[in-house]
Amino acid sequence: MADRKPRVAVFDFTCCEGCQLTVLGIGEPLMELLDHVEVVAWREVMSERSDEFDIAIVEGAITRDCDAPRLRRIRERAKTLIALGSCATIGGPHVSANNFERAEMLDLVYGEHGRQFETGEVRPLSAEVHVDIPIHGCPIDANEFLDVMKHVLLGRPYRVPNEAVCHECKLNGYECVYDKGMICLGPVTRCGCNAICISRGHRCFGCRGLVDDPNLNAARDVLEEHGHTIEEVLGMFQIYAQRAPQVRKLVEAGRQPKRTKVAEPWRFGSSS
Amino acid sequence: MEIRVEQLTRVEGHGNILASVEEGGVGKALFEVVEANRFFEGFVRGRHYEEVVHIAPRICGICALSHSSVAVHATEKALGVEVSEQTVLLRRLMMAAEVISSHALHVYFLAAPDFLGVESVLPLVQQDPDTVRRAFRLKKGGCELGELVAGRHPHPVSVTTGGFTSLPRPAAFGEMRDRLVGLRDDVEATVELVKSVEIPQFERPTEYVCLRQPDHYTFYEGEIVSSEGEAIPLDAYEEALREYVVAHSTAKHVRWHRDSYMVGALARVNNNWGQLVPEAQDAMKELGLAPPCHNPFMNTVAQVVELVHCLEESVGLIEELLARGLTEEEMPRIEPAAGRGIGAVEAPRGLLIHDYAYDAAGRCTKANCVIPTNQNLANLDLDMQALLAQLAGASKDEVQRHLEMLVRAYDPCISCSVH
Repeated sequence: MADRKPRVAVFDFTCCEGCQLTVLGIGEPLMELLDHVEVVAWREVMSERSDEFDIAIVEGAITRDCDAPRLRRIRERAKTLIALGSCATIGGPHVSANNFERAEMLDLVYGEHGRQFETGEVRPLSAEVHVDIPIHGCPIDANEFLDVMKHVLLGRPYRVPNEAVCHECKLNGYECVYDKGMICLGPVTRCGCNAICISRGHRCFGCRGLVDDPNLNAARDVLEEHGHTIEEVLGMFQIYAQRAPQVRKLVEAGRQPKRTKVAEPWRFGSSS
Repeated sequence: MEIRVEQLTRVEGHGNILASVEEGGVGKALFEVVEANRFFEGFVRGRHYEEVVHIAPRICGICALSHSSVAVHATEKALGVEVSEQTVLLRRLMMAAEVISSHALHVYFLAAPDFLGVESVLPLVQQDPDTVRRAFRLKKGGCELGELVAGRHPHPVSVTTGGFTSLPRPAAFGEMRDRLVGLRDDVEATVELVKSVEIPQFERPTEYVCLRQPDHYTFYEGEIVSSEGEAIPLDAYEEALREYVVAHSTAKHVRWHRDSYMVGALARVNNNWGQLVPEAQDAMKELGLAPPCHNPFMNTVAQVVELVHCLEESVGLIEELLARGLTEEEMPRIEPAAGRGIGAVEAPRGLLIHDYAYDAAGRCTKANCVIPTNQNLANLDLDMQALLAQLAGASKDEVQRHLEMLVRAYDPCISCSVH
């Protein structure tokens, strides 16, 4: 074992492959990582293929039953399975499709020929197999990827960030998005992105999913201070965390959250 | 002879090559797209326009900035929002950044291994580290320029309806200009590398479609032009570019005047080569690309020509923006009102159209996206068929190798095509 480099294989299911490209975008430093591993399969960039690997890096959500057996075979062969990006960890933006009837969507996109294609509920990898380490984000943060790889190669446990984005916002000293009169999912969203969207004057769209218990952190206080409830914010503005129990409860109850008290919560530059 | 390549490697997304040649030489070949449906056009319905422009780039990890630019452009037209000249210049810069990173990815990581006789770029890490370092530098150069303007690549964070939520600092802009100038040697070396490889000889005349602006080689906005001699405004796209479903593909096919047409770098160079910067026109001649060129394998060469063009255009755009002085502009005030807007850009892989309708509350009621790869699929099938005929008598390995190279030359973006 010790005389052989760990073998890495990269796979993908339903996604945009942007997280793999973020890995490629690391550039020359990636060549240093390649010194410590042997990449044995990566369809997007190589034709060599091997079924013998130690670490499987898997991007994408599962959206068809026919994809599940392939994922299970990958799981059986891998000592460590890393879910790469939000499609793999929480279903990504694709989970929004679960709010619509499949048949209606097929008709909409393909017209009368749509029903020939198989499709199903959008779900993360963890709905089918055990995931050892989730790397959240749409897309992932390249530094977090390198950090996870270091932990795996050194055999150390990796702690998945579980504070709210507000935490990183405060550390960076950014102005609160709510103070600018806009809605932001930062109070309920898992951090690890270094609040990149807020750093560029935008709001958090919640791409890393909810923190493990959004009710126990400071979210309620932040939101109440500005006249909102968690339910309202989750119900109206959630794209990524549709599978989270808190959001599902709202959807299943068919409850239309009250309109937020902010007249135009999407507008920029209305801080008055 | 039966050829079946499942999950073709070194392309974005999941597609299979199927080919069969009967005794006597009559052959059939097609490209099967088996990517799972993603339903972006379906699930953006009901979403606020700001959510739509956040979701749109997630259609594609390679051309996210293109999807972002076209989504805000279409949305602004639907909502009657005018953007500033500065915003347009920054979006053009974003597009150039994406073309650099995407073409570098395709030329070096996806296509080059075929020409260099390796299975991937990985063996070259040992054998030819200088080439691999150059590939990474070019890819990263495009990504970093995209990050500077759009906040991140892929999936921008500072792009919004009406403009940008933050602007690059002038100092960072100046540094980026110098870095891009530093990449000129790498681009030149890329021209040399591609000049030295043998491009398969194959021709099949077809229709070439792209955007055109009167005064520059455009990647952002324009009218739709065809090599068949027709030019139409964007609003007429639906009647002209007809999407249809085929049984062997979860991605729809598209046609216009002929049975098929081609979009992408070769189409742009064929139709608009006179607008390329002089350095790119020189590269075009040096690389033996003489428009109109009907060899789809030359698409990779056309990408190298555009690499030269976009590097120079980026330097020029940064200098223009610095000379004007980057100013924090007030966002245009948006009053949601029911309306429809159609936007178009030239993504690295070709013409990309987004079409949205919004209700009075600014919620999306209808969405349609026409993706470059979809527009190429029918043309690819016909090229595969013709190539198979040309290769009659060749060994199975040789046929398979050429079919794989042909598909890669199109640089398909398959997950994008089943948006």
